[in-house]
Amino acid sequence: MRIAGRGLVDPTSQISFRFDGRDYVGFAGDTLASALLANDVRVVGRSFKYHRPRGVLTAGPEEPNALVEVLEAGQQTPNVRATVQEIFPGLEARSQNRFPSAQFDLLAVNDLAAPFFGAGFYYKTFMWPRRFWEGLYEPLIRRAAGLGRLSGRHDEAEYEKAFAFCDLLVIGAGPAGLMAALEAGRAGADVILADEDARMGGRLLSETLVLDGQPGVTWADTVLAELRALPNVRLMSRTTVTGAYDHGTYGALERVGLHLPARPHLPRECFWRIVAKRAILAAGALERPIAFENNDRPGIMLASAVRSYLNRYGVAPGRRVTVFGNTDDARRTARDLMAAGVQVAAIIDPRPHASAVEDCPVYTGAVVTGTRGRKGLRQITIRHGGGEAMIETDCLAVSGGWNPTLHLTCHLNGRPIWNEALAAFVPAPGAVPGLAPVGAATGIMSTAAGLASGQRAAREALEALGLKAPGAALPVAEDAPYTIEPIWSVPTSGGRWARAWLDFANDVTTKDVKLAAQENFASVEHMKRYTTQGMAPDQGKSSNVAALALLADATGRGIPETGTTTFRPPFSPVSIAAMGAGGRGAGFAPQRFLTSHQASVERGAPMIEAGLWYRPSYFPRPGETTWREACDREVRMVREAVGVADVSTLGKIDIQGKDAARFLDLVYCNTFSTLPVGRVRYGLMLREDGMVLDDGTTARLDENHYLMTTTTAAAGLVMRHLDFVHQAFCADWDLRFISVTETWAQFAVAGPKARALLASVLDEAVDLPFMGCAPVSVHGVAGRLFRISFSGEEGYEIAVPARYGEALFRDLLARAETMGGGAYGMEALNVLRIEKGFITHAEIHGRTTAFDIGMGRMVSAKKDCIGKAASQRPGLTGPEREQLVGLRPRQPQDTLAAGAHLFVPGDTVERARDQGYVTSVCWSPTLGSWLALAFLKNGPARLGETVRLVDHLRGLDVLCEVCDPVFHDREGVKLRA
Amino acid sequence: MPRLITKSPLAGLWPVTHGGVALSEVVLEGITSVAVLPGGQKAVDKTLKPLGVAFPAPGLFSENGALRLVWTGRDQAFLLNGTLACEGAALTDQSDGWACLRLEGAAAADVLARLYPLDLRAAAFPPGRAARAALGHMSSVLMRVEGGFEILVFRSMARSAWTELEHAMQHLAARAGA
Repeated sequence: MRIAGRGLVDPTSQISFRFDGRDYVGFAGDTLASALLANDVRVVGRSFKYHRPRGVLTAGPEEPNALVEVLEAGQQTPNVRATVQEIFPGLEARSQNRFPSAQFDLLAVNDLAAPFFGAGFYYKTFMWPRRFWEGLYEPLIRRAAGLGRLSGRHDEAEYEKAFAFCDLLVIGAGPAGLMAALEAGRAGADVILADEDARMGGRLLSETLVLDGQPGVTWADTVLAELRALPNVRLMSRTTVTGAYDHGTYGALERVGLHLPARPHLPRECFWRIVAKRAILAAGALERPIAFENNDRPGIMLASAVRSYLNRYGVAPGRRVTVFGNTDDARRTARDLMAAGVQVAAIIDPRPHASAVEDCPVYTGAVVTGTRGRKGLRQITIRHGGGEAMIETDCLAVSGGWNPTLHLTCHLNGRPIWNEALAAFVPAPGAVPGLAPVGAATGIMSTAAGLASGQRAAREALEALGLKAPGAALPVAEDAPYTIEPIWSVPTSGGRWARAWLDFANDVTTKDVKLAAQENFASVEHMKRYTTQGMAPDQGKSSNVAALALLADATGRGIPETGTTTFRPPFSPVSIAAMGAGGRGAGFAPQRFLTSHQASVERGAPMIEAGLWYRPSYFPRPGETTWREACDREVRMVREAVGVADVSTLGKIDIQGKDAARFLDLVYCNTFSTLPVGRVRYGLMLREDGMVLDDGTTARLDENHYLMTTTTAAAGLVMRHLDFVHQAFCADWDLRFISVTETWAQFAVAGPKARALLASVLDEAVDLPFMGCAPVSVHGVAGRLFRISFSGEEGYEIAVPARYGEALFRDLLARAETMGGGAYGMEALNVLRIEKGFITHAEIHGRTTAFDIGMGRMVSAKKDCIGKAASQRPGLTGPEREQLVGLRPRQPQDTLAAGAHLFVPGDTVERARDQGYVTSVCWSPTLGSWLALAFLKNGPARLGETVRLVDHLRGLDVLCEVCDPVFHDREGVKLRA
Repeated sequence: MPRLITKSPLAGLWPVTHGGVALSEVVLEGITSVAVLPGGQKAVDKTLKPLGVAFPAPGLFSENGALRLVWTGRDQAFLLNGTLACEGAALTDQSDGWACLRLEGAAAADVLARLYPLDLRAAAFPPGRAARAALGHMSSVLMRVEGGFEILVFRSMARSAWTELEHAMQHLAARAGA
């Protein structure tokens, strides 16, 4: 019910929204919860386990009951707190965990079976038969259990993440936080003031406090106006600081577009990482309920929430309200309600000696023992000194005292300290370095003392930052002492259905906690996991302390000895989409494009990923229906005419200095200091542990200038390895190197007509020997030519600066096509190298040695190198090693597959008999057979033998001949032509 | 003789503006890596002197007109818009290895705050400052120049960098309209 003339909402700005299929109207400034209460909607959802009707409990982010699904075109966001969600035109929300509706829910039958559903119910009940668990029990339980549901579709909305830096981060913009930000802002510090609410001011918005003789809201607005005008202060509203991390780093979640109709590019949320030299925690405190029988009915709310709805939103949550609380603070609720003209049925104060000055019935030494009204509170039963009484009431405002919001102070392993006078935990001093808790977050409950603590903490921060505090006067405010006599629960009537709720979100009752203790889950951490108390989206914000107080009572220990569970980040739920912002789809990793990309795509080449690179798989021609047809043609083209492939993805490292040769001798297992200028040599690099790291060719461009190439896959790895070796072992050498991978576009030109094709693009003929290199002029552009081959044909690689890459690629293709050649892709490149027995990282996969791949003799005996000593360890050479061989099926058409394992024909196929495995396979159009490269025990000594190739995954069982890995042109005649 | 035409890394993408921030490609007149060899600093400094630039300390660049020398690593700097011949350093042509993007406008730093984990507040990162830092998942050289930022990224990844920057600009512009 809306009360005219009260609240900070704007009644002139009406907003229509939908809830559970019905249209409602609220005001600008309303949350979904306040707007629903204003429309007298009391049931907003069903509880997790028992499917009991539930209403709004709080007015803040700690809400355990009012969780709803927010719907957008094709999307739904579950577990949205109605107390946080602001209304906007077109907002559509619905209650969750109910079927068919929140008003009538079939699964409410669970509530009737409640006596069986205590803690540990599932573990005890669904034991037999065992195999039913996965197929039957678990799916059924999951269907019955709450809470919201996902759409099952990809979240196509946009999210953002961002970084911020400041001198002082103030967390919370209540009176203490505002005072701290004002003090630091005036001193010139870079301040970020973050508050999770849409409007800053904290409790000043919800209470009728007076500061400096003016309403608290007016004071807050004045301070905010000043802060907004300061260039060094950044106000971040709707931003929840969710975690405290090392070195003054804080995580924060900002609601950017969740309170607005969707529009293009507007992120829903932004996940911030804020680095602050100093921080002040002014997060306030959270009110806690009292557990009594049937304390979960719609209409039973926290007293502070009733005041928030009344004073901030101009909404009376009931027409006849009762207040039940054990602090003087709760009395404010009755006074505010009466001042607004709302009838207060009674004040029930468990403290026997509490005052009774209010103009309504006040019961001291009294408690609420029961309630009635299934879909909304109708009546309560109280017990007082004189006996029992029934009170007709439709709203019960409950307060069991306050818990400081100290969660962030525990994120670096700090443990809170029990304060007897406050009956609450308070932050341990220095729990998070650089973070100072102030105000109610540290147990200071009066406004005046809170303001003073905010200012004091700001001054300490300013001193640490080397700034001078301006020394502003504090506003005059109330300074009432906070007195409390703790009451955690009221004993229930004891029946089987009698329950008093602690954790509303997970339907955990006082009975469950006692049962946990009885069954020896007596540690607070065990109790939590056994009962699921504190494990819902609200993380037990309103139930943790009461639950452990009950556990302490049940186990006969004190609260300090019982301790708390661990508060971990995040303080409130953070969507994974926000943390992973930008990483969806192609945003997952950068895409690396070749200069020839466009030309390849134009020719219809499917592009495949090779690391981050996109490379052409094959170049289909008209009439070709499968990739194999294109691939076979491309292979024949290279073998018979000429083929062109973009090989720019290979890593290229420019190495210079007087010690360059020495360095290469150290990192390669073979020798490079003896390489003549103008020549290229194949090199093999070992890891420190003696296994092969990478292979490639290195050219000597000049006396002290080399150009190393690496494989595409290991380009980054090799660069890192070289950096490490340089910095760790030879930092003082005359040596510098840098990647030039991106600088040069490089194309392989291979085939019997390669020389003729090159002659047509080079300005001057160059007659290079095999493994020679030379500077060349390509259509007037300075380039480099290398005579190297990865195909077994006469092969060259021609390099030009990347800006000319596309033009040269197109030119080479056009010329090659007139010679019966053309472009070849990765598939053909792979077939060509397998036919020739060349290795890739399929073979040098990290567990093979130089010996294994038949290059043991490349490890120079004349010098040391990285990995040499380790490669000579026992077990890394010898006949027991699996070594590189070629395989040909006895029937050439028999398909082979990489990953298959090898066995001696006649042996049983079992792990213990394993003889080796296959690493690469292809159909060879040149030889008219399937071919494979494989690692076979003592392989080179078994040439001619027959082995059995078995692949259970693909259902293959093929007899193969063991042969030399070089299938094509074993003597290298074509290579050297 | 046929002529090979040149293409810049971001050829085909035209400057874009969102929310007052403009993104464009800068075509540099050459990039040379100057890696000082042990004992070579004096010779390098002598060569640089007449050019009006000094070998930069980590995190800085030195410029004279269009010529700029930016720190890129230990004993390494990139000379932009110029060439050099000198003793005492390994020189490597990097002209074609990098794309240069320019981001201008009042909210340029806010755009970059979405991608760089760096303190880019004016006091911490004024004109003349440079950083070798990751832009999203890409290696980059970030420089604050008068009126904005210039960013070097690997040529092959330039389009990803462009896309990510434009997304950040669009997000920010959408907020401003909120």
